[in-house]
Order: sequence, then structure tokens, then C-alpha cells
Amino acid sequence: MSLTASDVKKISHLARLAIDEADIEKYTQDLSNILDTFADMNEANVEGVEPMANPQDSTQRLREDVVTEVNGRDKFQAIAPNTEAGLYLVPKVLE
Amino acid sequence: MHNKSLTELAADLRAGAYTSVELTQHFLDRIKEYDVSLNSFITVTPELALAAAAEADVQIAAGTAGPLTGIPMAHKDIFCTDGVKTSCASKMLDNFIAPYDATVVEKLKLAGMPILGKTNMDEFAMGSSNENSFYGPVKNPWDTTRVPGGSSGGSAAAVAARLVPVATGTDTGGSIRQPASLTGITGIKPTYGRVSRFGMIAYASSLDQGGVFGRDAVDCALLLSVMSGFDEKDSTSSEVATEDYTANLDKPLQGLRIGLPAQYFDDGLDTGVAASIRSALDQYKALGAELIDITLPNTKLAIPSYYVIAPAECSANLSRLDGVRYGHRCKDPVDLEDMYKRSRAEGFGSEVKRRIMVGTYALSAGYYDAYYLKAQKLRRMIKDDFVAAFADVDVIMGPVSPTTAFKIGEKSDDPVSMYLQDIYTLAINLAGLPAMSIPVGASDGLPVGLQLIGNYFEESHLLNIAHQFQQATDWHKQTPDGFGG
Repeated sequence: MSLTASDVKKISHLARLAIDEADIEKYTQDLSNILDTFADMNEANVEGVEPMANPQDSTQRLREDVVTEVNGRDKFQAIAPNTEAGLYLVPKVLE
Repeated sequence: MHNKSLTELAADLRAGAYTSVELTQHFLDRIKEYDVSLNSFITVTPELALAAAAEADVQIAAGTAGPLTGIPMAHKDIFCTDGVKTSCASKMLDNFIAPYDATVVEKLKLAGMPILGKTNMDEFAMGSSNENSFYGPVKNPWDTTRVPGGSSGGSAAAVAARLVPVATGTDTGGSIRQPASLTGITGIKPTYGRVSRFGMIAYASSLDQGGVFGRDAVDCALLLSVMSGFDEKDSTSSEVATEDYTANLDKPLQGLRIGLPAQYFDDGLDTGVAASIRSALDQYKALGAELIDITLPNTKLAIPSYYVIAPAECSANLSRLDGVRYGHRCKDPVDLEDMYKRSRAEGFGSEVKRRIMVGTYALSAGYYDAYYLKAQKLRRMIKDDFVAAFADVDVIMGPVSPTTAFKIGEKSDDPVSMYLQDIYTLAINLAGLPAMSIPVGASDGLPVGLQLIGNYFEESHLLNIAHQFQQATDWHKQTPDGFGG
């Protein structure tokens, strides 16, 4: 399975990863090589096999909807790139 | 002191042969002297370690100490440690001071074990050589031109060089067993769900499992007994009751049925490694075990299944690293999208980017069924192979890695050849089974590990099987030259 440069650009956009134009070719080659190793999958017969998401096939555990954590906002925001008045600051979204 | 087992260290501390502060200082001195050549630590925490050691000494004197109180250890830098940099070996988290403790960290702190520091690893646990670290590669103490394996290479190298008595690791596709094998120490990856994932930075959540590196099975059993158990903070934590993993160590192996999968002894296996594995199996026969040929027909499909599922989960898990709440943010972003894209491009290394992109592709519209869903079906077939095999055998054995430690740089330009290193370990994570690596020989002076694969929640049995081998052999007592004996 070979990817094209434009596939890689699309994937990198979906993944929100900026990629230098100069590196596109290398990524295209690497990702195509990786996808090639998946070729064995196509030949495998998976007819009637249930997909498996968890080794024990366990389901999500539920708990009571009660507060268990103390408010750690100051501690969490101490390591944030940019905050003000208890809010996280990001570049303007709306003009 | 540094060549002693945890049991010996605990006895010495109680007898007053030395204090925990002295013991901790001894290991800190060793790290200072020898880690320059290994690069096994990202962060060393002498003040925290010595303060915890002083507290441990008070408990020992008061007679309130537990079995591991006062014995120092180290954590892979994937476990969040309150107030300490927890980088996952990524530039993305180079400035991340964890605001809480992982459950594993909390449990080992409660057990009274001072933390010497945080060990180096492949970035976000993605790699099999520890070359993918923002902080530089870790060197193998047996030959510093070679890799220690990955992703938990720092913990493995540090234990192998006795810079620390025991250390934690994580294993998503072999990241405890392969470095244990390549550095000649003992490592255990428990059953999926046995050790809490809370605070353990996620790579592939349905595969990630925390575990232990030690010099032998007894040390691993002692640490695992403290680390494991149900945790309501981890939604996939197992409610199966935990146990004292040292309780069954002395059981004889008479009548043990060992399964040898044909697929693990194929042409890809190095002849030197194969010879060591064969002689270890002969040793097991001498201990009363029976060797039975088995087949795990879908073994080869573990590579595509794993390298679809793990990147898919990684692309979802790592999407939270966006430069908003913590971690790296690029300079002067022009808008939100620019901030996401450049922060992530600058923060992640190349292997992480590759896996994020593979995973993004596998989950993208139009490809989900062909890749992710199919990989999950193969995953069940791989699990079913093991379930069928365990109807006839008690344990499965084979190599951990097709070769001994390879040269730094040898495979780093070729991601696919690196992935193929994991052929004997990936299937175990896909199935969620417990497995170990124990040192059983050397090939050209480099350690060879034997993989022991157990049935679900049979950690105790695996440790027993490992311990009986170590009672009869001394491969686990060998140490590399150049680290003060």
C-alpha cells in the first residue's frame, strides 16, 4: 500500500502535526513501508471473528456520580503555558 | 551493598548493618559515578530520596517498617511523580512537573521505598532500542556501543549495572521483557489490568501494563506484591484478588508442562540465542519439566495487528498534547491551529510522529474497517491461539528477542526492521497475558533472555518457574564489568 505526498499532507493535518515540505518525501516513504508490513492482514480470514478491544473482554465499570477529587486548579495551572484569572489562554479563535 | 538482593538489604537494614540513608547515598554515588557512561537516568532526585530514607530509618528503628522500607528504587519516567519532572523522554513534556502521583508511585512510597530518580526510555514508550529519547540514547552496560533495548531501557540498564536495586517499567509490546533480555536481568510484565495504569502516561491503553525489573525473580515478586491490585482510578484495572507473589516460589517443577511454539523457533532466530534457549530448556527438563511442541499459528499476524492497534490508540491518547494546558507550546502562534500543529511538531520526535500518523490514517474515514477493525479481529485470533495452547501446557517458553543487543544506530533509520524485533513479544500484549524474561545465557558476551509466558493471572506460577531455574543456575548473578563489581 503506497501513500502519496498528498495523502501524507492530509494525514498530518488530521493529526495536527506541522510537517516541513522537505520532510514530506521521507514520511511518505516511511509510512508506505510501514503500511506494507500490514499486507499479511489482508490474507487472513477473519470471517465470523468478533473484534477484541480488551484482553479480558471486560466492559466499562460504572461508579456513583460523586465528587472524589479536591480542586487542584492552582497546581494544574502552575504548569500551564499561559493562564490568566484561572483560565487557560490560547490564541484568539474569533476575530 | 549493591549486589545484594532485596531480602538481604531488608535484613541488613533491620540488623543495623547500615541505615537507609547510607544505602540510598551509596546508590546515589553509584549513579553519579557510572551513569555518565550509560545515560540511564533523566532525573536524579537525591534530596527526595534522602528525605524518604531518613523517614524510613525512623520506621525501621521504631519497628513499624514493612518488608521493603528503606530500600531505594527508581521509576521509569512514564510514571507521574508528584512535584518531579515526568517527561516520558519527550521534549513535549520536558517542562512537565507532575501534579500528582501515579498509583504505582503512591504504593511504593507507602511501602517506604526512597525514589532515586526517573529513568530514561524511548519517547512515550515507543521503541525497542531506547534511541528515541529526547535525552539521548541509553547504553547497554554489557557493551556501551550497543542498545539496552526499549522502551524501558533506562530502568533495565540501571538495574543491570546495579545503579539501583529494582526499578519499574512498562510493557506495551515487549518494553519490559526485551530490555531485561538484552541487559541480562529479570523482568515481569503482569496480566493486563493487574497493575494500575493511573498516572502511567498512556501510549496504547488496551496494551499498556506496568511491571518490574530486578536482579532475580524473588526481587520481582517482592516489588510486584506491593505494586499490583485493583484501583478504582483505572477503568480497566482487574478486580481479581491480588496475592503474595513470594508464597509459591519454592514449589518444585516436577511434571511442569512447557509448551514450545514452533513459530518462536523459526529461521529468524539467531543461532547463538537459540543455543542458549535450548540449554535453558534442558535445564528445565533436568528440573522435572516436560517439553511439549505446540503451535501458535497466528503469531506472524501479531506484527500488523499490533502496529495498527498501538498507533491507533497512541494517536488518540497523544491528541491531548496540544500546548493548551501543559507541555510544550510553540512561540508566537498565529492562531489556534498553528499552535496545535507547531507545538506538536516541535514537541514530538520522529518515531512518535510516525506512529501518530499511522494511527490517524488507520482510524480515518474509509480505512477504519480495513485496518483497525480487522486488527482487532486478528487480536482475538491471536488470543485464541494462546487459550487453546494453555489447555495442554502450564507455561509457554521461547526467546524474547531474535538477537542479542544490537549496535546503537544499526536499525534507527529503518522503522520496519526495528518493529520486526518485537515478533516474539507483541502477541502476549495483544492477548493480555503475563510474561517474564530471565537471563539464561550469553552469546558473544551479550546476555540472552528466556521468555516465560503464563496463563491469565498466573504471575505467581511464572515467578515460581523463574525462581526454580535461578536456584539451579547463576546467570542472574552475573554483572557487567566496569561498574565497580
